[in-house]
Amino acid sequence: MDGAALIHRLHFAFTVTFHYLFPQLTMGLALLIVVLKTMALRTGNDAYNQAARFWAKIFGINFLMGVVTGIPMEFQFGTNWSHFARLTGGVIGQPLVMEGVFSFFLESAFLGLFLYGEKRLGPKGHWWAAFLVFLGSWLSGFFIIVTDAWMQHPVAYQRFADGSFQVISFWGLLFNPWALLQYAHNMSGAVITAAFVMSAVGAYYLLEGIFIEQGRIFLRVGVIAGVIFSILQIFPTGDLHGRYMAQHQPVTTAAMEGLFKTETGAPIVILGQPDEEHRRIDNPLAVNKVLSFLIYGHTSAEVKGLNEFPKDVWPTNIPLLYYSYHIMAGLGTIFVAVMVVAVFLLWRKKLFASRWMLWILMLCLPFPYIANTAGWMTAEIGRQPWLVYNIMRTTEGYSKNVHAGNALFTLLGFMGLYTVLAILFLYLVHREILHGPGGAVTDVNLAGPITVA
Amino acid sequence: MLFVWFWLVAVMITAYVVLDGFDLGAGVLHLFIAKTDEERRTVIRTIGPVWDGNEVWLLAGGGTLYFAFPLLYASGFSGFYLPLMMVLWLLVLRGIGIELRGHASSHVWRGFFDGCFGISSLLLIIFFGAALGNVIRGVPLQKDGYFFLPLWTDWRVGPRPGVLDWYTVIAGLVALVALTVHGAHYVALKTDGELNLRARRLAGMLWPALLIVTLLSLWATLSVRAELLNNYKNYPVLFVIPAAVAASLICMFVFRWKTNDKAVFLSSSAFLIFMLVGAAAAVYPNLLMSTTDPTLNVTVYNAATGQHSLSIGLIWWGFGMALAVSYFVFIYRMFKGKVTQTGTGGYA
Repeated sequence: MDGAALIHRLHFAFTVTFHYLFPQLTMGLALLIVVLKTMALRTGNDAYNQAARFWAKIFGINFLMGVVTGIPMEFQFGTNWSHFARLTGGVIGQPLVMEGVFSFFLESAFLGLFLYGEKRLGPKGHWWAAFLVFLGSWLSGFFIIVTDAWMQHPVAYQRFADGSFQVISFWGLLFNPWALLQYAHNMSGAVITAAFVMSAVGAYYLLEGIFIEQGRIFLRVGVIAGVIFSILQIFPTGDLHGRYMAQHQPVTTAAMEGLFKTETGAPIVILGQPDEEHRRIDNPLAVNKVLSFLIYGHTSAEVKGLNEFPKDVWPTNIPLLYYSYHIMAGLGTIFVAVMVVAVFLLWRKKLFASRWMLWILMLCLPFPYIANTAGWMTAEIGRQPWLVYNIMRTTEGYSKNVHAGNALFTLLGFMGLYTVLAILFLYLVHREILHGPGGAVTDVNLAGPITVA
Repeated sequence: MLFVWFWLVAVMITAYVVLDGFDLGAGVLHLFIAKTDEERRTVIRTIGPVWDGNEVWLLAGGGTLYFAFPLLYASGFSGFYLPLMMVLWLLVLRGIGIELRGHASSHVWRGFFDGCFGISSLLLIIFFGAALGNVIRGVPLQKDGYFFLPLWTDWRVGPRPGVLDWYTVIAGLVALVALTVHGAHYVALKTDGELNLRARRLAGMLWPALLIVTLLSLWATLSVRAELLNNYKNYPVLFVIPAAVAASLICMFVFRWKTNDKAVFLSSSAFLIFMLVGAAAAVYPNLLMSTTDPTLNVTVYNAATGQHSLSIGLIWWGFGMALAVSYFVFIYRMFKGKVTQTGTGGYA
């Protein structure tokens, strides 16, 4: 891979990784806010409305960051990956336009009403505004997953003599089995982030001794959502996705698991460092036969190792792929353990007094972000060396007319700009958390601009 | 089919310019006509509920271009790499400026966000105008359909142009004057009192400038690319478009004199629409012209996606856009009326 190709890959990797720190919370929080609004409607307890208002403020800042870092993504297909764009516009142009037409218009229209229209809309109307924002953000996620899933597992297309693609089945593209599995797994991951963030803020309030009543609501909703979705993340979504992948990208599965040689009754490697040169795992901590069982349902099944595949179809960075996958799966397992204990304490009515558990929940805050990022890295590094799996190589897709110097210039520009964004984001969110929930319905004339974020 | 998709893309870009145009214009002028913190907040509140939705037209338009004419999207976006990346950075800064101002608690920070909003709006308008200028002037397309433009070369319109030359600078200037006037009309429509008066006065002062730069751009365009008159010569009925441009300029003048803010705003919207429609009618079926060899032009014929994709596209696109337009009608009705500086009127 020459210099320019590497810079173009880093360019996309950096901007998309930074971008996805925000939508994962937006999408998860949108669901939890609908839950809070529903509880408020059903119980008539205004504390739930206050909780929803507090999270709406965090949501607004987070959504803005998602929007401004998301716009560059749509353009980078053309700027940095022009040859890929030229050939695939007839396929993935479709879900990308659908995202704009079906979800961005919806979200942008109703977010302003949701953030600042509570008085004007009344309780039911405001619930609908929250619901439509949730719907818009989850649809947006769906169209992006459809786009990525087509690159992972191309379906419903036809290729012309000049190499370009077009869709031959509208529904076939939207209901690509890979997309459905990946969507379920990804959205559950987004709710995990929101659940951990919500319970971390609740835990912080209880530990600090401020906003006690709200802190308890955050913990209750966060922990219950957390236990449900961290279990769903592993079973069935992760399990099904992993099996489907083993079937369609066996070389990726072998690299993720660090399986260099084909084995019957293959072990699962829990810890260890892959040594690509000598084709082995150093310092392995492995459990026999588990991998065969996980993929094929019986302990003696044969799992193909990397040795079965020519080296030019191996993922290009096997150690990074292996670590991304292990970090994702390891953290996912820890999330289940943390949330099961927390929900048990909640059930025994001991959670709010268990300071050690509150400390754990608070300190867990960054880890769902790491797990979601590692999950996406597993998917995208695992797709290498292909841009469109088994059809078009990554080295064929980038903009040959944009040389490495220009691409590096703009990559550095994005790094600088996004550092500023990150600082502003952390500062503003921290201030909102300290300011805390409470107060009446936001009054537009006191709150400043009516914004759509 | 190709004709239809050409015009769908043109309509989306036009919708973007008319809608986001007024919030870009408001961004430029708020530094000049809004003196106090309260007034600046009021200007931002006039666009607050709608700017993000307006910007979605850019995304949806760009996406539609990608879907319908992948070669144009690929060639144009990579060829205009540097200015486009700068546009993306400016869009980030503008969004931050509009939205985070309300979170700032000190004058210094508010000044910072006001500056972000104003300067990025100004530069975005100039970039968008220059971009249109580049498309009309043409680019050094190569045999493989790609090109790469430096930011500037010798500022001349030759076979080796840069993004900026005397012609595209004029185009940027036209955009700046036109959208500032359009933004002033919008702010006048949505405010009352002192702000309303200042916005009207600014629009009045800029009207002669708009007339001059419009004529200047017409002359410059025909001297750079005389063949743009070909479509007009073949279909003389198209001359109604420049006539409509002239009529909307006159309407702007007349309705401002009658102080009908709504009609003035609609006139400048019509002006922008007819200017863009006129340009689109002149370039069709070309999408991007070569400065060296007309056989290398990117046209609707060589840039389009397969027929099947385009046919089913019409169905879902039409359905989605009908939904989108209904949200817009709903939102603009929810937030209709003037924004008052104090009290509970307007959007409360």
